[in-house]
Amino acid sequence: MAWETVIGLEIHAQLATRSKIFSGASTAYGAPPNTQACAVDLGLPGVLPVLNAEVVRMAAKFGLATHSTVARRSVFARKNYFYPDLPKGYQISQFELPVVQSGHLDIDLEDGTSKRIGITRAHLEEDAGKSLHEDFHGETGIDLNRAGTPLLEIVSEPDLRSAGEAVAYMKKIHTLVRYLEICDGNMQEGSFRCDANVSVRPVGQEAYGTRAEIKNINSFRFVERAINFEVERQIELLEGGATVVQETRLYDADRQETRPMRSKEEANDYRYFPDPDLLPLELDAAFIDAVAATLPELPDARRDRFSHDYGLSRYDAGVLTASRELADFFEQTVENAGGEGKLSANWVMGELAGRLNKEGREITASPVSPALLGGLLRRISDGTISGKIAKQVFEAIWAGEGDADTIIERKGLKQITDSGAIEQSVRDVLAANPGQVEQYKGGQEKLLGFFVGQVMKVTQGKANPGEVNKILKRLLLE
Amino acid sequence: MFQKTISELSAGLRSGEFSCEELTECFLARVERYDGQLNSLVTLTRDSALAAARAADQRFKTGEVTPLTGIPYLHKDIFCTEGVRTSCGSRMLDNFIAPYDATVTQKLKDAGAVMLGKTNMDEFAMGSSNETSFYGPVRNPWDRERVPGGSSGGSAAAVAARLAPLATGTDTGGSIRQPAALCGVTGIKPTYGRVSRYGMIAFASSLDQAGAFAASAADAARLLQAMAGYDPRDSTSIDRPLEDYSAALEEDLRGLKIGLPKEYFGAGLDTGVADAVAAAVQSLTHLGAEVKDISLPNAALSVPAYYVVAPAECSSNLSRMDGVRFGYRCDNPRDLEDLYVRSRGEGFGAEVKRRILIGTYALSAGYYDAYYLKAQQVRRLIRDDFVRAFSEVDVILSPTAPAPAFRLGEKADDPVTMYLSDIYTIAVNLAGLPGMSVPAGFVGNLPVGMQLIGNYFDEGRLLNVAHRYQQVSDWHRQLPVGFEAV
Repeated sequence: MAWETVIGLEIHAQLATRSKIFSGASTAYGAPPNTQACAVDLGLPGVLPVLNAEVVRMAAKFGLATHSTVARRSVFARKNYFYPDLPKGYQISQFELPVVQSGHLDIDLEDGTSKRIGITRAHLEEDAGKSLHEDFHGETGIDLNRAGTPLLEIVSEPDLRSAGEAVAYMKKIHTLVRYLEICDGNMQEGSFRCDANVSVRPVGQEAYGTRAEIKNINSFRFVERAINFEVERQIELLEGGATVVQETRLYDADRQETRPMRSKEEANDYRYFPDPDLLPLELDAAFIDAVAATLPELPDARRDRFSHDYGLSRYDAGVLTASRELADFFEQTVENAGGEGKLSANWVMGELAGRLNKEGREITASPVSPALLGGLLRRISDGTISGKIAKQVFEAIWAGEGDADTIIERKGLKQITDSGAIEQSVRDVLAANPGQVEQYKGGQEKLLGFFVGQVMKVTQGKANPGEVNKILKRLLLE
Repeated sequence: MFQKTISELSAGLRSGEFSCEELTECFLARVERYDGQLNSLVTLTRDSALAAARAADQRFKTGEVTPLTGIPYLHKDIFCTEGVRTSCGSRMLDNFIAPYDATVTQKLKDAGAVMLGKTNMDEFAMGSSNETSFYGPVRNPWDRERVPGGSSGGSAAAVAARLAPLATGTDTGGSIRQPAALCGVTGIKPTYGRVSRYGMIAFASSLDQAGAFAASAADAARLLQAMAGYDPRDSTSIDRPLEDYSAALEEDLRGLKIGLPKEYFGAGLDTGVADAVAAAVQSLTHLGAEVKDISLPNAALSVPAYYVVAPAECSSNLSRMDGVRFGYRCDNPRDLEDLYVRSRGEGFGAEVKRRILIGTYALSAGYYDAYYLKAQQVRRLIRDDFVRAFSEVDVILSPTAPAPAFRLGEKADDPVTMYLSDIYTIAVNLAGLPGMSVPAGFVGNLPVGMQLIGNYFDEGRLLNVAHRYQQVSDWHRQLPVGFEAV
């Protein structure tokens, strides 16, 4: 039987605020345990939450960027359950009325087409703390630094049909939240993670199959592997006549498998109800308009503009806009290169990307700035140096030897465009190779390349190749 | 000295007739002499009180004083106090010392008021008799075999016996007004949102509101003035200018329209209480007030609605008492579940457990719509009743409690009868309105309270009516027998 996979993702994006969602404690990562947890985060008796306004702006930004409705009225609710790293015995979240409702996002598929993925909702909530099981010898340590960190939980429709689509969607959201500067996207630190709801059904069947929820996956690679494992597991079960149990599962990256996390007997009734400590969140048109005015150019629009304005392929434009930093770098390079879009794209994605990759550096840590790179490309386009010499100059810039003009000047790499000088070199080469000249004249025109090579050798690569060709052809006809 | 008004005490401190330290010593001595009979305090803070008194004496020298500087008060043990245990009347928090001050605590400190100690209360403010406290029941100074009311029973009893001129309280369904009535003192619960809830241990967040106990309305006005005001740390606190309560006290009552809700004078009301309240109404008409019969048709729904909303919220609010980070923890827990089950099982008393169970049930999947949601809808109806009533009258008047103080143990085994002792006070919390109880006579030896209910933010008006009444009555000046020695 042929099976169809159905996936919905719940992405948890940690909002990049300085303080927590309901307290003034810092959200900085990596502090010693329990040093960034104030009375509110500890859930001491008597404390009360106060909503961080920045968190609301960030959620609204996301809503506007995904064509969603930013709710004029949303409500914080308590999700009640006991766990040692959940200090209050409930998590403040949004349940019936989330702040972001019904939007969508287009993803690019491998076959070059694009697909629209529905976003059901995105709601604000606080993160819990962390239970530490290692180093405590049969006891459990609790670190509440993370408790109260703001999260935006982005819930997709079950519109994804393969692990590949799920990854494309997750990457697109990842790009978007960083463009919007609402999440640092750091997956190692858990700032961006997801739960995947996976089910399978026979092709052609309308009803969804029973789903399993795979919790807390924190890399694109793991999402792909976890889903693929889960799909195979479910198909195997169904083909063997068994059924899929609705449950929460965990992806074990070491064993590359998913396994049940909680048993059904412990299923919680979260007893959601509106949090009486927080009034309903009401946003007026002025607030939403003010947020809209802060939206940057979004990745899709920027990709289309790059493609159109700089004559780039959709793919290249997509690569260059995959992160806001890279796109900014590219545009500044173009500006410094006198508007040379295509040339800038080739160099940013080629020489520069290769070099950065080799040294494991981010674009923001590139020793060659857009100004330096643009200055170099300007000298290629105005014929001062050839592309080949340019690579040499690039290495020198990378090594910190100065800007392109300084290096060209100091190393004497300027291309010889003076036709008198080039003609003299050509005459010298022809005089030194009479045999080859004879053969050429006898019809072996392939030897032109040989003569060009010889001239370049004599001029140390500095002669303008076009000029050399022209003069060679003229003198060989004499 | 212990029978002086706040204004007289303040004048005495200003003139140097006596020092803050002497005044504090006077009340500390009364606590030490009499509280053995009442059990109204759970913590006496003699040393820090004297230190605060000496600091207040310094303030009088520099002139930076407020109407409460140097005035002793007792603080309900529900307000967090940095460095001093905040037990909330529970074994669960018997060892809890908050690392911070509640906003109310901080405001009173800033005003220069002198905290003598912390008062006994029903466990987590759940009770109407002060019998659910882990520290034992409080006794009514008017009859030591009777309850003082609850949950702020310690504060009410202490002010009645003049162990302090002022005390704080909190009121979720009548917890200031009912004990004020049963102990013969003046108690006011302001509009929901008027006093910050930050640092006040939550029972039912949408109903809880702090307020003041004093011998008179004029004294209560001064304490409330210092407690009230917007607090950015409480999202439900209201950013609205605070009126000068003392300035409003003397307003003339001529033309004031007082509504008497017929539902609050029906079956179940003790005839002695009814007579006392009727006489008080007479006095008010002599002061120029006009009386009108009104109806609050949904009044009968308030007790059932309250006993869904309040337990639902408390079931969630008390989840943080889990034996993990603070408070009571059982010995040698076998595993996590055992830690939870035994810490909570041993740390909470019976009434608290009963309400957590009711609330958990009311919020459960499948019951939420039938109970919690329905109760919230009823709450809206009750509020609408009051809004309609206040389009016709300025103030609503009723008995505070259906009967005077009952005997210790009399209702302890019958929760529903106990819950009905708040039948006239609960609707006010559901609507978020200000309410107060004013001494209005006696049935035998036991005090009777009359309740005044105001429109939103009309605390000033309530205090004004009460003050005018207290100018023509002396119920509030009566002292229970046995507390006379200085």
